[in-house]
Amino acid sequence: MEAFTAVGHRIPKLDAVEKATGRARYIQDIKLPGMLYGKILYSKYPHARIVHIDTAKARRLPGVKAVLTGDRIPKIRFGFYKDNVPLKTGKVRSRRDEVVAVAATDPDIAQEALDLIEVHYEALPAVFDPEEAMQEDAPLVHEEHKTNVLKLPWKLHYGDVEEARKRARHVVKERFRVTWVTHCCLGTSGVIAEFDQSNNLTVYRNTQIPSLAQKDFMDALRAMGLGDRRVRIIKPYIGGAFGSKLDTYAFEYIAILLAYETRRPVCILFDRKEEFFATSTRQPAIIDIAQGCDAEGRLLFRDVSMILDNGAYTSWGATTPSVMMMPISSLYRVPNVRYHARCVYTNNTWSQAMRGYGNPQATFAIESSMDMLAEEAGIDPVEFRLINVNQPGEVTPQGFRITTCGLRECIEEVKRRLDWDGPKGLGEGVGIASLIHVGGGARVYKSDGCGTLLKMDDYGRVEVFTGATDMGQGADTVIAQVVAEELGLRVEDVRVIHQDTDVCPWDVGAHASRTTFVACNSALGAARRIKERLLDLASRELAESPEALILRDREVRSRRDPEKRMEIGKLLRKAHFRLKGQMLMADYFYDPANENLDREFKGNLSMTYTFGAHGVRVKVDEETGKVRILKYVAAHDVGRAINPMLLEGQVYGGALMGVGYTLTEQLIVDKGEVMNPNFRDYKVPTAKDAVAVETAIIETVDRDGPYGAKGIGEPGCVPTAPAIANAVYDATGVRIRELPLTLERVLMAIREKGAPNPVTPQPEGR
Amino acid sequence: MARTISFLLNGEAVEVRVEDHWSLLHLLREELGLTGTKEGCGSGECGACTVLVDGKAINSCLYLAVEADGREVLTIEGLAAPDGTLHPIQQAFIDHGAIQCGYCTPGMILAAKALLDENPDPTEEEIRHGLSGNLCRCTGYLQIFEAVRAASASVRKEGIRVLSGERGR
Repeated sequence: MEAFTAVGHRIPKLDAVEKATGRARYIQDIKLPGMLYGKILYSKYPHARIVHIDTAKARRLPGVKAVLTGDRIPKIRFGFYKDNVPLKTGKVRSRRDEVVAVAATDPDIAQEALDLIEVHYEALPAVFDPEEAMQEDAPLVHEEHKTNVLKLPWKLHYGDVEEARKRARHVVKERFRVTWVTHCCLGTSGVIAEFDQSNNLTVYRNTQIPSLAQKDFMDALRAMGLGDRRVRIIKPYIGGAFGSKLDTYAFEYIAILLAYETRRPVCILFDRKEEFFATSTRQPAIIDIAQGCDAEGRLLFRDVSMILDNGAYTSWGATTPSVMMMPISSLYRVPNVRYHARCVYTNNTWSQAMRGYGNPQATFAIESSMDMLAEEAGIDPVEFRLINVNQPGEVTPQGFRITTCGLRECIEEVKRRLDWDGPKGLGEGVGIASLIHVGGGARVYKSDGCGTLLKMDDYGRVEVFTGATDMGQGADTVIAQVVAEELGLRVEDVRVIHQDTDVCPWDVGAHASRTTFVACNSALGAARRIKERLLDLASRELAESPEALILRDREVRSRRDPEKRMEIGKLLRKAHFRLKGQMLMADYFYDPANENLDREFKGNLSMTYTFGAHGVRVKVDEETGKVRILKYVAAHDVGRAINPMLLEGQVYGGALMGVGYTLTEQLIVDKGEVMNPNFRDYKVPTAKDAVAVETAIIETVDRDGPYGAKGIGEPGCVPTAPAIANAVYDATGVRIRELPLTLERVLMAIREKGAPNPVTPQPEGR
Repeated sequence: MARTISFLLNGEAVEVRVEDHWSLLHLLREELGLTGTKEGCGSGECGACTVLVDGKAINSCLYLAVEADGREVLTIEGLAAPDGTLHPIQQAFIDHGAIQCGYCTPGMILAAKALLDENPDPTEEEIRHGLSGNLCRCTGYLQIFEAVRAASASVRKEGIRVLSGERGR
């Protein structure tokens, strides 16, 4: 095969020039004529009855154009469980509950108006601990729901765990806890809603789900009595997403309602404090896990049960168990698996998707427990993992059909590069953890599809209209690369348009690391249709059979006869400018042949699965509890690296987000209030904290991937926490069971351990 | 209270009436329409609003507009040459994958410029220190460091080329 001209190259991101020159327009940079500014008054209590709202003074403030309260708006319900409304009536259930919204000619006036609003509350007993919320006498967050435990079906059992437990030679059982962390996109959330004269709605929004948001807003219009009107979503540049923009939220509906009320465009932009307390977090969890193996170290069972703090309302956080199942059932070969998760309402903040979607939480418990079991069995942690490693061709208990699998190679590469068996300095330790993730889409909705429209001009240039969303990860660039490769063009000949639902086809959204796999396959489908027609046109022009023709370097050429060649642009012009002329356009809708999970949560969720292993060498300062990362190796089975530079960027960024999750980041939530809603007190890794991640890219060239590629957006942050926690254990003999591994927590654990006995169990840190 | 200030903005003299309480960020974005400078936190914690005042990197969200009176302000819009040729730091950020979502990029590039102007050949530690006031959530910073190293090399090489050119004349 000839070398690729576009695929596999380190091509700069297509929009990088716009971004490097400050020309890229984000939601913060858009001003529409006559635009008003909306602001939201949030609850002062975690749980309270709303007795009375007095908005009279705010309404009288010059410049205020609308003041909305829950009793004045149509019944719009949103969220995965449909338990949320844009503005609350009757009572508030969390500190982030939206109570009143205003629109004014200026943001300062809108703020002043909020200050003039008086809300009288009657405090209600609140519940902040999910285990307490499960008690009989706990305050109910949603009375009509009768219980705080959500009616969700997260329960599976494959094989016979009890029987396997009896057979197991070695068993470990442990409880782990993970807490709230948040996305910290540098560009905060924002929306502009505008109605035209006929009440068709345009929404500007930095969203990851243009098509699903369009549907949500159509549902809202229906509730507003505008059911036959159209909705258009325009995506400006997105200043980071990481899952935070995978749902529609109250503020978006509020902007729509304010725009409808005022007949003017209304913009709501979150400030940093709102971004911290009023957007949804990663799902916190209490995880009980037991695993057992036989005398040879073969895993016999895994038994996991979880309690998830759902918070006051329900977004996608409550569905993270559907992804947690994946590593629980399928990371390593485990014949008997049981899993049960309960999501419990509390008066805390509520969770959403965040890079990895439950997988980092589950993998922290699984891979910490794997090390404990390895020690129990007296087997080296790397060896123990290799005994149980996933293999190509296997079908996991959950019904995942593993096609390509480079997990063994990843683990061995980490071992080698980390000098696993080599000498360790004082206070040093090594740790490893693996991952499995969906790499070929994920059929979580009824469709996992993505559409592409493709058109060629008279000069051999292409516009690709894709359903995909680029939020910085590089979807625009990899799509251009595969189209250029397929059509023998240069990447700069391809423009990818993904910003507008009026011109771009449907796509389920930028989630599940699916965009490279699904959107590139979709773009390839359209490009192949164009290619076929190009070759057909050329075969007539050049008197050569289409099979003998190739597209390369902006030309169509014969493989046999070097004289037979023509510039693609010329070929296109010849086809266009003649009687009964034609221009080349194509459409393609790619919907992978993956499966929805059935009632037992079985099914081949993804076309392929991605694997990886991270290894770290740490040095722990026993005086301060400080964990320093000396070396970090991230090995990933990526199928094929369509763009190694962008791929490395995903791994570096994912790993450092994982390091933040492991060592420093936590939203401190006290009685439902976020106490650290700023970058001073919420510790995102800075340039000084950046870890020199070394990537090992394993190419397994998957049969279903575009040029063999698998998704790589999320995996980089999945195994970080257990790899570091395992290294800390290796260094100090203390097992930290709760994230993050703050200095205090590590130091306390070291002190509690005392000197000689490294296996003394330590109490829960909460 | 309002007053008129004049300063050099991206090489051009501007005279503008400002309110005392306006930040330089507000003046640039809301009054002058230079939206390349981003607001990330509004409290000097993230560096997205970094611009150069008299060559020094400052958080424009914490800097009063009136303080710019008589000074020289450089924003991301003024970094490329008038003919569109990118500054070596911009080019290096593009070429090395240092840009993902791009929201931190204008501030990060200007922080890098302030660093390299002061120290054209920084060590890795000095780069980390010089950029430690600018948060990036996408890249993990490594490709940003690479870009700054590459820009440093190209700035130094460029300097030598100019010198030798003058000598040849």
